[in-house]
Amino acid sequence: MGNNLDALTTLFTEFYYWVTVVFMFLIHVGFCLYEVAASRRRNHLHTLMKNTMCIPLVTITFFFFGWWIYFAFPNGPFITGGIEFEAASGARAFDPAMGTNLQDHINGVFWAAFLLFSWTAASIVSGSVIERIRSGAFWILAVVIGSCTWIIDAAWGWHYGGWMVKVLGYHDAYASGVIHAIAGGFALGVLVVLGPRIGKFRPDGTARDIPPHNPWLATLGLFLIYTGFWGFYAACNIPIISPEGIDGVITGETWTATNIYLAPTTLSAITFNFLMSLSGGLLMGYVVSKGDAFWTYSAGLAGIIAASAGNDLYHPIQAMFIGAIGAFAAYKLHYFVERTFKIDDAVGAVAVHGYAGFLGVVIAGFMLWGQPSSPYAGYAVINPVGNFLGAVIMFGVLGFLPAWIISTVLNSFGILRIPRKVELEGLDFEANQAYLAAVEEVRQAEGLMVR
Amino acid sequence: MSTNGLTSWAVDLAEIGAIYPFQGTEVPLYIAGLAFWIWFHWAQLRNEKVELQHEMDADASGEATRAAINAY
Repeated sequence: MGNNLDALTTLFTEFYYWVTVVFMFLIHVGFCLYEVAASRRRNHLHTLMKNTMCIPLVTITFFFFGWWIYFAFPNGPFITGGIEFEAASGARAFDPAMGTNLQDHINGVFWAAFLLFSWTAASIVSGSVIERIRSGAFWILAVVIGSCTWIIDAAWGWHYGGWMVKVLGYHDAYASGVIHAIAGGFALGVLVVLGPRIGKFRPDGTARDIPPHNPWLATLGLFLIYTGFWGFYAACNIPIISPEGIDGVITGETWTATNIYLAPTTLSAITFNFLMSLSGGLLMGYVVSKGDAFWTYSAGLAGIIAASAGNDLYHPIQAMFIGAIGAFAAYKLHYFVERTFKIDDAVGAVAVHGYAGFLGVVIAGFMLWGQPSSPYAGYAVINPVGNFLGAVIMFGVLGFLPAWIISTVLNSFGILRIPRKVELEGLDFEANQAYLAAVEEVRQAEGLMVR
Repeated sequence: MSTNGLTSWAVDLAEIGAIYPFQGTEVPLYIAGLAFWIWFHWAQLRNEKVELQHEMDADASGEATRAAINAY
């Protein structure tokens, strides 16, 4: 830290990201509540632990190699250059900067902000596969999306020097594609191999509704996800940077907040647009689902997700309408895919995150057409073709495809899905029987002491 | 003797970098960390297999299963 202003800027930025991490923790709390609520009583414990254990597994693997991937691979598969070994050296797990180091105040909190996105990516997948996936298989898949594929897509399309930004003009400021579309595509890839829950489809092929065990807990979980989403949005920004910090490409002396591409935006803008897109989604969701609480709340999320790609630049009323379109599309596509392809997505994650995220990236390509994708010279401008290709890369190439391949391999070893008998008994059968036996023993022992 | 080389905070912080103990062991520590991660997956898959086998062998009559289903 060269002088007091530098020191204050660094410490402010350090604290800023730290606060976003605390907020984002609520996303995981919300996902856990939501999933347990959606599962049936006989699967609660496994459902909870399946999602909870994403936290340590993704955390340690993101420390071991995920963070390094972000800095090493912005050039893509040798599209704009090779692997950035030097730029990524400070993100190696064995580098002194990846520890208690008085010369570095940012690395840990910046790492954590990205890490919480990693948890979110894995957690989105977790909900859709409840009540029949083996936890061991899910945790392997969680590491793949949480510490490998999503962070590759971030290096490609959510990095100021990413090849997708340079070559395609890809713009996705608040991660419609780089988190939501990839996670939705990944979930779909797993679901295709995993198959539906027993009883989901009637003998004639029509779908049954499997209601959540506790709809009130589900809505509470979704409220918490909304809350955590504030931290997610703030974490997507660089809170304050000088023109020199962007190599002087922005002229004048005005300091600014920027998006991840180092292009100017404001917290005010994203606050307007976050709430307006949430509202657009909720309003549309309430109407299209005829007041269903589960879908109205999910539609609020879909609204934010659909507008997120361009929420650094949209007008709030544009964000509202895009949110409404995203919510409508998510709801309709969920039931279309369920009906047509017999896909059992237990919480609608593929629709809310995948389809709304994909659509959001595509819409941003049209809405922001011709605007600069970066403050640096030589980058392609934002355009519909670039964003469409980007959405396909996120949902299909880095989402669906690796999930389908790995799920197929796990399935071939017989470790993807639990046996049919266990699915009927419930994943918690053994634990529940032990609980009931312990309760009975205590009752009898205490009963004998009553005179 | 100090595990991080510091025996006093009467120093210029601009000259101090890493302060965790046993600096220089990062690579072996990293390898041990990777091994711990892989061990978890191995141990968990093994335990899960045993647990699933127990559940396959349980409740031959289906009575407890019907109770679990009815509990929703």
